[in-house]
Amino acid sequence: MASIDTSGGDSHKKGPGVKKAKKLSTRVDMTPMVDLGFLLITFFIFTATMSTPKAMDLRMPKDVDDPKKQNEAKESGALTIMLGKGNQVYYYEGQLKVDVGMNNFKQTTFKGIRDIIINKRKEVMSRYVTDPECEAKAKADGKPEGYCRDKDFVVIIKPDQDATYKNTVDILDEMTINGVRTYAMVKILPQEYDLIKATEQSGGNK
Amino acid sequence: MPSVKINKKSTDTDMTPFVDIAFLILSFFIMATKFKPPEPVQITIPNSVSSQDLPENDAVMVTIDSTNRAFFTVLSAKDKSVFDQIIQNVNTSRNLGLTTAEMANFRKTPTVGVPFQELKSLLDLAPEDQAKVTMKGIPISDTNANELIWWIGAAKKAYVDAQRPLKWLIKGDGNSKYPAFEATIAALKKNDEYKYNLVTSLENAPTGTELEKAQRAGKPLPK
Repeated sequence: MASIDTSGGDSHKKGPGVKKAKKLSTRVDMTPMVDLGFLLITFFIFTATMSTPKAMDLRMPKDVDDPKKQNEAKESGALTIMLGKGNQVYYYEGQLKVDVGMNNFKQTTFKGIRDIIINKRKEVMSRYVTDPECEAKAKADGKPEGYCRDKDFVVIIKPDQDATYKNTVDILDEMTINGVRTYAMVKILPQEYDLIKATEQSGGNK
Repeated sequence: MPSVKINKKSTDTDMTPFVDIAFLILSFFIMATKFKPPEPVQITIPNSVSSQDLPENDAVMVTIDSTNRAFFTVLSAKDKSVFDQIIQNVNTSRNLGLTTAEMANFRKTPTVGVPFQELKSLLDLAPEDQAKVTMKGIPISDTNANELIWWIGAAKKAYVDAQRPLKWLIKGDGNSKYPAFEATIAALKKNDEYKYNLVTSLENAPTGTELEKAQRAGKPLPK
């Protein structure tokens, strides 16, 4: 199939009457084999699952009903991030203030939240007062230098009921990306949810 | 007049190297291919920077699809006896009245995504017919009737009895809503389980971030 017979017209060489023993070529036509090979390759390419899924760690705290026993975050070092509908992110620093002129409830996107986390972390680190107890512990545990500088920095994540699972994973990922060590996933407060709803309506964000 | 003879060249190409390459690629794909286990629903998992490998054995996976239905899957290809243990635990704790044959069928059930009332009829079906059933999902939305709690409890008990560690996997569709995920976490918390693995696919750390710098320096970020 892959070869064209080029031997034609040579039969008269030996003269008339001389019977020629038919020479059989030892060449095997490889074309069907190639066809089959590529067919199988195509099959395996289509069935292959190349990107194997990975696992991401998530640790949740134990539920504590007694508010006195709950871990308290230092107000100055806290950043609360809320996730809303349509991949929108809302945040405030420290305690929520909604009074006019004092409003610290802000809106951003997943692109913008990284800078906000980084800046807040820098700000917390700049206010660090040497804590001998923490420094000694970090040294004993073999932690790198400056480990204690951002010990007061806490991110509180509050996805609301319109947030998708992807948003949740993205924000948890953002914690890993920016090296935030202390973060917690907490249920959203009704007041915060109302604020998100109000922002959605006034901002025309569907 | 002498005729000019044009030298006839053979059009025959040597196919052997071609075959060699074809089979080399073929063998690569055969080795790299891992066949997808049968899944009841198509899940699009979100991306994360985590590069940890997924445990494939001794794990329980809770799947949440894009319409917030929950599914319960036991990943234990090596030791099938845990399947019997889990279904027995569920049967006794919920008084389902399953027959021995139905319980034996659980081994072959790829995944469960029905409320307890419908479990009996699901287990009556042959595994290949189960795949055709549209499952409602395990009820999780109601905090007081979160049936996932019982499934997780049964799996936990089976593994505690077998004295083997068990990993919890949560595989959620990117478009599923947060409350479904929250309910899954709540069910795990009810059983005193606080460490989970979320199934994600790998993406690179964004440039210029702490993590990227740490990865380039070859040191993990401090925990």
